[in-house]
Amino acid sequence: MAIGVLQVTKRFGDFVALDDVSLAIPSGSLTVLLGPSGSGKSTLLRVIAGLEMPDAGEVTIFDTDATPLPPQKRGVGFVFQHYAAFKRMSVRENVAFGLKIRKRPKAEIRARVDELLELVQLQGLAERYPSQLSGGQRQRMALARALAVEPQVLLLDEPFGALDARVRKELRAWLRRLHDEVHVTTVLVTHDQEEAMEVADRVAVINTGRIEQYGKPRDLYEHPASEFVMTFVGPVTRLRNAYIRPHDVDVQLAANGKSEEATVERVVHLGFEVRVEVELAEGGHLLAQMTREEAERLELLEGQKVFVRPRRTTTFEAGTDESAENVSPHGASGASSH
Amino acid sequence: MAGAAQHAVPRRFLPWRVRPQPGALPRWSLRGVALLYLGLFVVLPVVAVLESGFGDGLTNLKDAMASFGAWKAIRLTVVMAVLTAVINGAFGTLLAYVLVRIRFPGRELLSAIVDLPFAIPSLVAGVMLVALYGPSSALGGWFEDHGLEIIFAPPGILLALLFVTLPLVVRSVQPVLAELDRDEEEAAHTLGSGRWTTFRKIVLPALRPAIAAGSLLAFSRSLGEFGAIVFVAGNIPNKTLTAPVFITQLINVSPDQAAAVSALIFGLAFIVVLVTEKLISRHSDRYSA
Amino acid sequence: MSSQAHTGRGVRALLLGLALTYVVVLLIAPLAGIAYYALKPGFGSIVDTLQLRDVQHAFYLTAVIMFVAVVVTGVLGIVVALVLARDRFAGKAVVSALVNLPLAVSPVIVGLMAVLLFGTAGWFEPFFAAQGIQIMFALPAMILVTIFISIPFVIREVAPLLEELGMDEEQTAWTLGASRLQTFFRITLPNIRWGLLYGTALSAARAIGEVGAVLIVSGLLQGRTETATLYVLRAFDQYQEEQGYIVALMLAGFSILLLIGIETFKRRSARAVS
Repeated sequence: MAIGVLQVTKRFGDFVALDDVSLAIPSGSLTVLLGPSGSGKSTLLRVIAGLEMPDAGEVTIFDTDATPLPPQKRGVGFVFQHYAAFKRMSVRENVAFGLKIRKRPKAEIRARVDELLELVQLQGLAERYPSQLSGGQRQRMALARALAVEPQVLLLDEPFGALDARVRKELRAWLRRLHDEVHVTTVLVTHDQEEAMEVADRVAVINTGRIEQYGKPRDLYEHPASEFVMTFVGPVTRLRNAYIRPHDVDVQLAANGKSEEATVERVVHLGFEVRVEVELAEGGHLLAQMTREEAERLELLEGQKVFVRPRRTTTFEAGTDESAENVSPHGASGASSH
Repeated sequence: MAGAAQHAVPRRFLPWRVRPQPGALPRWSLRGVALLYLGLFVVLPVVAVLESGFGDGLTNLKDAMASFGAWKAIRLTVVMAVLTAVINGAFGTLLAYVLVRIRFPGRELLSAIVDLPFAIPSLVAGVMLVALYGPSSALGGWFEDHGLEIIFAPPGILLALLFVTLPLVVRSVQPVLAELDRDEEEAAHTLGSGRWTTFRKIVLPALRPAIAAGSLLAFSRSLGEFGAIVFVAGNIPNKTLTAPVFITQLINVSPDQAAAVSALIFGLAFIVVLVTEKLISRHSDRYSA
Repeated sequence: MSSQAHTGRGVRALLLGLALTYVVVLLIAPLAGIAYYALKPGFGSIVDTLQLRDVQHAFYLTAVIMFVAVVVTGVLGIVVALVLARDRFAGKAVVSALVNLPLAVSPVIVGLMAVLLFGTAGWFEPFFAAQGIQIMFALPAMILVTIFISIPFVIREVAPLLEELGMDEEQTAWTLGASRLQTFFRITLPNIRWGLLYGTALSAARAIGEVGAVLIVSGLLQGRTETATLYVLRAFDQYQEEQGYIVALMLAGFSILLLIGIETFKRRSARAVS
């Protein structure tokens, strides 16, 4: 196990940022800490890095107790949201920094920097200064800089948060490919669930200082452990007490068993998918999602009367972590077991 | 679990105060040095003045104020300080406005010249004024012929103080003016407001705290000014003797009395500086200009 | 600039004229006056004056005091700035007030403080007298008062700068293996250098120009404890006006050089943060 977090608590004054948090991160994986602002995900990352000291608990990195160690000695690479580029050094000097501190021979440094710049596709920009680079380029430089000293563990704090949406998507995919190539145990912090689902081997959902669930993205999506996880990790629509994924809402033109009567309020065409907002005859609203073909087949129009039925619902017992799933016998998908 | 710490009490149960924090610095040593530095160089002398001046109650103060010219000196100092604050408050704002809003050749040079009093020794400022307006100079002669005394008279003191405090006001107002959002003014113009009205109703209120802060700084500085004045004023009791010069004379007579008067003046100036820091910190940082 | 469109040409010219007149009358004319009186007797007189032992000693003393004050307040100023910007503890407002205090204190009072601490009936006088060290009426006292009045400048420039810069770069350096000391010299110091130079230039100018406090603690021993400013004071007092103007002009000239430095550093510092 690469990183072990054991019963870590961290307070800032009266505010409890992390509350008895425990986590075991496997070696070579890419784990994402996912949560809203203020959930404690960045704090947890910084505790792992040694930039914050926990008030209680332990951190181990590859079987060494890292808790008493300063960041210098933990073998962690860290990438900040706002790049933290060394403004007064060139790209080459930035990437070489860690190696220079370790007093590696000049030739070795030069070769390694060139190798890394090629890895992150910044070759040719070695003599430029950070202010002359775009945001995406600066972040890639920050990554190269962190990788230069061959860290045991790579920690990324909302690395794409300061970038344009398009650059963000590109770098996201690029990071995943990089990880597949380099295989360093990586932990990434983000509030963007799409990013988490796309990039991670495993996701830990954090809310108000506690880990709600830790597992593979698919597991989190299909078998969420709590209300919070379900609503955070994907789109959700509610029917009385039950939570339903929009694509689990079955829309028909005729009544069918337990289906309810509803009126189409709005049909939104999102390219391949079609989102249908309906108002239930009994009151309340539901969101359904279907493919273009299905929508065409049904010929849905505003004001049309339809019958809706969830193929699969999830309910959560108040006060417990239990969830119950209800799969309707006619459901085609989602009927599989855990 | 693997890697458990080898302490008598597992580390994770140690109370937080015992754990070292990896903060920005070797916290206690740097903090200790800073506090020692300020404690020795600032706190200690201040305490000495207070103890000396008021250790025996108010006797020192009373004796000091009984000296010949004492009251006049204090009054003169305060009056001059107020005049300086008001005049430079106005002209300083004017200069700030010109430097920020009007483009003209030599603007950078003017900006540098405004900082001149920050660089030039205050004594040299006094010498300069004597050179220009002293009795032996051409200009001074002209003034004397017309019955106007500049040097060795209050006007000279005022000129010296205006010289020394001008940058304080300009540098206080300038950054605020530069940061001002023009949208409000432009909206006013589209609604038909003339230049002066817009300035009076929109710009000035926004600048008021900065102008006040700069003027108060000028006031405070004027209370304590020595170098520029000791030369230009002539130090004539009841006429051009200012409080700082008076205190100098008092030191030879009785340091304790000098301490009492000093504490008075210093208390006034210090309160003023505290208030202005509060006013300044509410506005944009110093690096916008 | 849109504001120029609204302020008519005539008004602009008027304001500009008014401002320039004020500046010329108040700041430039007196400077010209000094130059006139200093240069009137001719260059030969300047050379003669600069060769006077008293004058040379006065400049030397000023230089020594300035150097010590600048170094002490510079190094310790960085320490205080680091603590103010980065340390978390209650009472920072008090520390900040202490830092600004020397700006509010009249130099005369500073001299008084030294007298109370190191003078004949001073708090520490017995201790130093026993060690055979003379503080008052000697160089040490003059250096101490100059340090006092120089304290705020570096701190007031560097502390906000450190706050603006944040700690991301330093923390990155730590994760890359740099010790705190290495990080300070390779990352922190280069990042604050223009603000530091600006503050240093301001404190140097202030130290050179100090007269009230050193007057009180120097004892005015001609040729021994007389700084350049004190020399000027005495020269005029003893009707040696020519020498007085010349030394004053020298001081003004050097200050203007410092001013150029100040302006340059100020601009670079402002640019570095934006």
